[in-house]
Amino acid sequence: MDHILVAKNVSKTYGNYTALSNISLNIPKNCIYGLLGPNGAGKTSFIRIINQIIYQDSGEILFDGEPLAPKHIALIGYLPEERGLYKSMKVGEQALYLAQLKGLSKSEAKTRLKYWFDRLDIGDWWNKKVQELSKGMAQKVQFIVTVLHQPKLLIFDEPFSGFDPINANIIKDEILQLKEQGTSIIFSTHRMESVEELCEYIALIHKSEKILDGKLSDIKKAYKNNIFNVGLQVQQNEEALMKTLKEKFNIMAPKFDGLENQLDFKIQLPSEETAGILAELSKMANVNRFEETIPSANDIFIQTVNNKDNGR
Amino acid sequence: MVGKLGLIIKREYLAKVRNRSFIVMTILSPLLIVGMIVLIAYLTKINSDEVRVVSILNESNYFQHQFKPTKGISYLYLDGLTLEQAKDSTNALGYDGLLHLPNEKDVEQVAKSAYLYTKDNPNTNVIQQLESVFQRQLRQDRLEKLGVSSDQFSKVEQPFDLQLATFDGERSIKGINEIKAFIGGGFGYAIMMFIIIYGGFVMRSVIEEKTSRIIEVIISSVKPFQLMLGKIIGTSLAGITQFTIWLISASILLLLAVTFLGIDSGELSGNSAAMPGMAQYATMDSDMIMYAREILDIPWTLLILSFFIYFVLGYLIYSSIYAAIGAAVDNETDTQQFIFPIILPLMLAIYVGFFSVFSNPHGPIAVGFSLFPLTSPIVMLMRLPGGIGEGGVPLWQLLSSIALLILTFWGIVSLASRIYKVGILMYGKKPTYKELVKWLRYK
Repeated sequence: MDHILVAKNVSKTYGNYTALSNISLNIPKNCIYGLLGPNGAGKTSFIRIINQIIYQDSGEILFDGEPLAPKHIALIGYLPEERGLYKSMKVGEQALYLAQLKGLSKSEAKTRLKYWFDRLDIGDWWNKKVQELSKGMAQKVQFIVTVLHQPKLLIFDEPFSGFDPINANIIKDEILQLKEQGTSIIFSTHRMESVEELCEYIALIHKSEKILDGKLSDIKKAYKNNIFNVGLQVQQNEEALMKTLKEKFNIMAPKFDGLENQLDFKIQLPSEETAGILAELSKMANVNRFEETIPSANDIFIQTVNNKDNGR
Repeated sequence: MVGKLGLIIKREYLAKVRNRSFIVMTILSPLLIVGMIVLIAYLTKINSDEVRVVSILNESNYFQHQFKPTKGISYLYLDGLTLEQAKDSTNALGYDGLLHLPNEKDVEQVAKSAYLYTKDNPNTNVIQQLESVFQRQLRQDRLEKLGVSSDQFSKVEQPFDLQLATFDGERSIKGINEIKAFIGGGFGYAIMMFIIIYGGFVMRSVIEEKTSRIIEVIISSVKPFQLMLGKIIGTSLAGITQFTIWLISASILLLLAVTFLGIDSGELSGNSAAMPGMAQYATMDSDMIMYAREILDIPWTLLILSFFIYFVLGYLIYSSIYAAIGAAVDNETDTQQFIFPIILPLMLAIYVGFFSVFSNPHGPIAVGFSLFPLTSPIVMLMRLPGGIGEGGVPLWQLLSSIALLILTFWGIVSLASRIYKVGILMYGKKPTYKELVKWLRYK
């Protein structure tokens, strides 16, 4: 597979503090790659190394097959977690300045900015000072400046912090759209809800080490444990039914809904094979619901981190 | 890369120049300064125009015509009154004092028992003038007793001024060393003010970038060193703009004040030069010409060229330290502990300059401080008006001072940019010196 970014055994220390130890990652082109981990895990250090703000102590990074070099800066767009704007500068002027620093000509930057300002509905704010803007609007300006020079690789560090749900959605759609247009995206966060919707690949970094990476769907498959949610329509006596079930299967968390006459429970299967059990259940009662419990990214995150910590 | 630096310089310059408080200061400062000068000149004028009146009750046979009115004092003779009456009338008329000379047998006795009565503490000028009259009379009297006639005495009393010359045989005049050092000191002082004012601007601007969190957005496109350099250059260009505006508008205002308010320009220069002795020495026309020639003889090209070199290097050194401090802290209150060590060498340079270099421009202290890189921009400029080579600063001293300054510039800027690079990405930490040393080792 074609990779936009390959990191090989990247390490970074600050004095006695290890920020990254032997991180190797393969980030495929044209997908959204989630870089996950608790606060202080080393995500930001890794991102700063990609942006050549700091340099790794050892290890190698390839950008689109070439060793990472200063010329690649123009091909990367970076929205840092700690972000802001000059307060006393006018919005348009400031966006122009930042775009020019990324290497766009003034006229080109102006045309593209007009397009994006209208698109995100902040065209009226061009001549306002940043201190008059709400936090969400300032975030939109920062988002625009990040994507304006049409980079091959976009890096978003906690992009949704500071947005209200509506604007967060707008930005999410824009990110998806950019991916559709062929941009590769690294998405760093410790909030798992957004990961499921956006990321195809994830890497989990914890205490400076990578503890898990791969395709999200594969990881989920690996983490599933053959537990199914079942809902049975009870005809006569739910207690009798319960008793038979308990004798035959491994039943967890049973709950009876008297109104609907439905018995809900989880069932642990010995293997992935479901046909036999489904047949047996059908004989006992009408099966309203039978679905596999898939672990959420959040579950995987917590479970892996806990395992790692307890394993030490 | 040069294009990006240009962009940064332009932004920093415009951000500074458009700043409201900067504009207000640019307009207000010359008004304040000229206003102050005019006020001082006016007050001095009132002061010197005031004539003090001393009444004299002379019951003796001496000092009949010795008290002659001078610029500041006039005398009024009271005759045929008792001491009490004289006191009352002096007080009633609002005069400044009553000098009582009782009737005694000789001058010595009269002088001994003479009294000056005043309402409150007497003016020193009045006392000095009265005392000098007594002294002259007493000296004459004593000499007469030794056989010197009054004619001979007046010949002896001719004032004398020592003739001055350099070893080359050129005529030299008093106070010229001080004037030269003062001119150099003016340049040095300008450098110090510039460093303190605009170095502070650089620091605040770095802190602003940190607190507004724009810093990481920017250094993902440019190198931290470029940003630091652009900031320093942009701010100093704004500073030069402000200085130029101040200079031009202050000169125009001063000119207007002199023309329309009728303030004597001689009075202004006499006061603003503040050189003790200078006005008094420069009474003769030939001396004035000498002063003018000496001032024209100051190697202005050398001085201005050196000013430029020392200004640029000195400012770059200090402002990069200011930038590093700005990067190391989160807010301005945390800067205090770091700022004092910067200001210290600057203050030292000015004090050493005024106390040692003025009187002895080529002594060991002056040489030492004009070589030491953190003080040389100020101290060397105080020495340079004497020229280079013989009788002035030896060429090797000037060259090694500049060489040392360049080396220091290189060292300090690279250290400062390391601290800057690490510091701008550190939030929420109040750094110690130990911490800063650690940052220097980061890659």
